[in-house]
Amino acid sequence: MGVAMEGMIRLKGLSLAFPGVQGLTRVLDNVDLDIAPGEFLAIVGPSGVGKSTILRVIAGLARPNTGTVEMAAPAPGRRAVSLVFQDARLLPWRTVIDNVAFGLEKLSMPRAERRRRAAEALTLVGLGDLVDRWPHQLSGGQRQRVALARALAVEPETLLMDEPFSALDAITRESLQDELIRLRAATGRTILFVTHDIDEAVHLADRVVVLAGSPGRIVATHRITEAHPRSRGQGRAADQAKAIRASLDGEVLINGAAT
Amino acid sequence: MTLPSLGRSIAAPVFGLAVLLAIWEAIPGLGLVNPAFLPPPSTLPAAFLRELASGQWTLAIRNSLGHYTLGLAIGVLAGIAFGIITGMARFAEAVTSWVVRVLRPIPGLAWVPFAIIWFGVSPSAAVFIIAIGVFWIVYFATHGAIRAVDRDLIEVAEAFGFRSAPERLLKVMLPAATPGILVGVRTAIGQAWMAVVAAEIFGVAGLGQRMMQASSLIATDIVVVYMLTMAALYGLLDTLFVRLQTWVLRWKA
Repeated sequence: MGVAMEGMIRLKGLSLAFPGVQGLTRVLDNVDLDIAPGEFLAIVGPSGVGKSTILRVIAGLARPNTGTVEMAAPAPGRRAVSLVFQDARLLPWRTVIDNVAFGLEKLSMPRAERRRRAAEALTLVGLGDLVDRWPHQLSGGQRQRVALARALAVEPETLLMDEPFSALDAITRESLQDELIRLRAATGRTILFVTHDIDEAVHLADRVVVLAGSPGRIVATHRITEAHPRSRGQGRAADQAKAIRASLDGEVLINGAAT
Repeated sequence: MTLPSLGRSIAAPVFGLAVLLAIWEAIPGLGLVNPAFLPPPSTLPAAFLRELASGQWTLAIRNSLGHYTLGLAIGVLAGIAFGIITGMARFAEAVTSWVVRVLRPIPGLAWVPFAIIWFGVSPSAAVFIIAIGVFWIVYFATHGAIRAVDRDLIEVAEAFGFRSAPERLLKVMLPAATPGILVGVRTAIGQAWMAVVAAEIFGVAGLGQRMMQASSLIATDIVVVYMLTMAALYGLLDTLFVRLQTWVLRWKA
């Protein structure tokens, strides 16, 4: 990892292939992408196009065959990036607050400080009074909020979100989307958000990058300038969603594709 | 049967035990079997009091509990340690796969000659036999539980920077494997009592030795007293362990 401009992530020539049944399966092809500090960037595309792989590479969970990820080293007591998965992946043997403090245990700090920051992150996601619950006592939406708090507690320069709301029911999903917009306004975090839901991307992001093809490459970039709060599926949002769908023409059906 | 549920939950097992005792009392009492071969339960309290008065009972229990505790502890700790190593490291699993297949089927009793040669007729020999019996149970439980840990949770640890093997072990694998390991330990708590008898049969002082002495004199009432003693000790330990297990796993749904 090289050094980039403060708070920025720069992907250069990222390509990646997995060994599969018939030799190598290429997943990403020469992806270049800059994420500006404070930006909310969404990556949309059909299943299997390598959207999640980009996040996994940035999070250090996968290694590209070629290409580089440049980002600045984090300040002490923070992480450069943290990841919210599609499913909450809470550790069932830890209480809610201990789950949120999990990542802080790697950033050497006293226990009292860990608890303070974890409690703060839980308050931020509206679960301040569930600190001592076990994960199995929570609803799906609450679990995903805890996962979000866990990612926020390490105060990442960039928050990586991998289809974080796709496993939730529509009502919970919309309320969490609006909460994310509020959180972003409150914290100013850079967010890289992967989804296969174009409407979700248009509702949330400042910029939408369309990934398509096999192996996946960036086929279009759309800037969403409309201020929040945005209307869902009407007016400009609908036009922009339509434009994004057009840039995916000829690719597999996107909406409702399972991952 | 209109007993309230609490009454019924106590009444049913008591009733079962009472039926067992009644049949047991009746068989020698009706002359179906020689009482010397099957001592009726009514003769047991007197036999027990004789053992207690002579100090044999207390001494045997103290000796056996010593072997049991030490053998169980060594076997459980070694089983957990080796299970973790072969569960986490493919190389260790490959190297040991046939060693395990060769050693695993050897019954505890078959180790007795070696235990005597290596340790003499001593408490160490008994501890060795018990530890071996316990080791395999806990080893396989731990190995399986570690291998079954959800990959997704290990990835969470990696995503938050816990990348070394000890970090992965302590932060995710060990807590995630704990339910499976505890199932093995509970089985071991029972298995270790069987090993106690095998381990003491050749003359190391304790319950097993006392049972062998009594049985060679056809003092069957004494044999039964020690059988019941072992059952009581096992019942007590198992109950305590289940309490501990429930508390440790209180996070489970």
